[in-house]
Amino acid sequence: MSATTRARLVFSWALVGIPLAYGVYETLVKTASLFTG
Amino acid sequence: MASILDRERTVAGPGYSRWLVPPAALAVHLSIGQAYATSVYKTALVKHFDASLTAIGIIFSIAIVMLGLSAAVGGTWVDRNGPRKAMVVAACCWAAGFLVAAFGVSTNQLWLVYLGYGVIGGIGLGIGYISPVSTLIKWFPDRPGLATGMAIMGFGGGALIASPLSTQLLAWYDSGYDPADPKSVATGSAVAMLFVTLGLIYFAIMMYGAFTIRVPREGWTPEGFDPATLQTKPLVTTANVSAANAIRTPSFWLLWTVLLCNVTAGIGILEQASPMIQDFFRDDSGTSSVTVAVAGGFVGILSMANMAGRFAWSSTSDVVGRKPIYMLYLGGGMICYTLLALIGATSTAVFVLLAVVILSFYGGGFATVPAYLRDLFGPFQVGAIHGRLLTAWSVAGVAGPLIVNRFLDAEGKPGSLTAEAYRPALLTMVGVLAVGFLANLAIRPVPERYHEPAAEEVPAATAGTERTS
Repeated sequence: MSATTRARLVFSWALVGIPLAYGVYETLVKTASLFTG
Repeated sequence: MASILDRERTVAGPGYSRWLVPPAALAVHLSIGQAYATSVYKTALVKHFDASLTAIGIIFSIAIVMLGLSAAVGGTWVDRNGPRKAMVVAACCWAAGFLVAAFGVSTNQLWLVYLGYGVIGGIGLGIGYISPVSTLIKWFPDRPGLATGMAIMGFGGGALIASPLSTQLLAWYDSGYDPADPKSVATGSAVAMLFVTLGLIYFAIMMYGAFTIRVPREGWTPEGFDPATLQTKPLVTTANVSAANAIRTPSFWLLWTVLLCNVTAGIGILEQASPMIQDFFRDDSGTSSVTVAVAGGFVGILSMANMAGRFAWSSTSDVVGRKPIYMLYLGGGMICYTLLALIGATSTAVFVLLAVVILSFYGGGFATVPAYLRDLFGPFQVGAIHGRLLTAWSVAGVAGPLIVNRFLDAEGKPGSLTAEAYRPALLTMVGVLAVGFLANLAIRPVPERYHEPAAEEVPAATAGTERTS
């Protein structure tokens, strides 16, 4: 695998992975109330 | 410009990694998944237009109906023209929908919001939803469930991103709006600005997906994959069936019934999630031990279960097979719904656990269905067949809430009921799932008379010519 392809893979997955991680984190913070009351 | 979008111009060159395809598909699905985050600005629109909640809710209903219709009607076009052109069309419709809706909010014309977000945006939803599915299946013939699970997980995950992002943007555009205060409502102009912002962001991300995706060259297979191994698996065909022929087979309509029943049952819980958990834990004095904030957390947990189920169960189906995994979704769902009706009120942990499993099966049912279609009908026109199958989703979107609301209306108003009031609706869902379970059991391999001629090449580029045998 070339360095360009590797860089594209990292960028592409980051582009979708970072927002998804943000969404999951925000949801987990919100759902904490379910366990803490 | 048009030639850049053509299927022929998107054939992968040497060195292209197939692992670039899932993020390209996710770029589209995460964007259109915003459709499930409309509750963030619902109240603001009600106040701005001085309209009823129902009149505003129609915006979302139109979008979902348009999703089903455009997926069914446009599926063949998507297969013929390839994923890039389809994704560009989806990006244009989805972004244009937001811009037209923003104009409608700014000029105080609700019909423009119906037209923009509902009709134009809804077409973007349908075309966007099916656009990467067929391509993913062709890139991952060894793991179609994993591939489609990754993409369709994005549709569930899109709301997780859009919800906090929209709340934050509304707070920026309207300094008087306080998201922490439940009584605070954003202004119409803040919602219009939000729509413009979301339209532009989603357009950029979806276009990145469109220009990243590639189709495999003719005859390509992943390293170490032997297509002959497919023949050893039950229900997996090496033949190809056109979309026109697929809808003539009993297996298509049995799978349509399976999807209908699975989605109907899941929507039954999703629609009522917040009032339901409060009602289940209401004491004799009418006070619920579950607060509104905790109920909101429960809805968040369900969204996560829905998203995780799409990836986890669909990937598992590559190992255990499509029919067995649907037996689990439907049979396991029947057990969970029964337990929910009978012992769900014993503790919140039991209630949440059962609801999480049910919602994971709901998501899994959505994500596994393209791979099931590929098994039954081959990869030839799987996108078009998937588009036609999604009409079951539109029907379930009406049937699910209708069944639950019909029972609950007879008992009172959700948010002031007790666990017993939900029992008839939940047990009815067990019956709905039983119908789906039997339909799944009845699915058989597609008879040879429906197959495309074996001697003839059926490259994906000619997928629009629906031949009959």
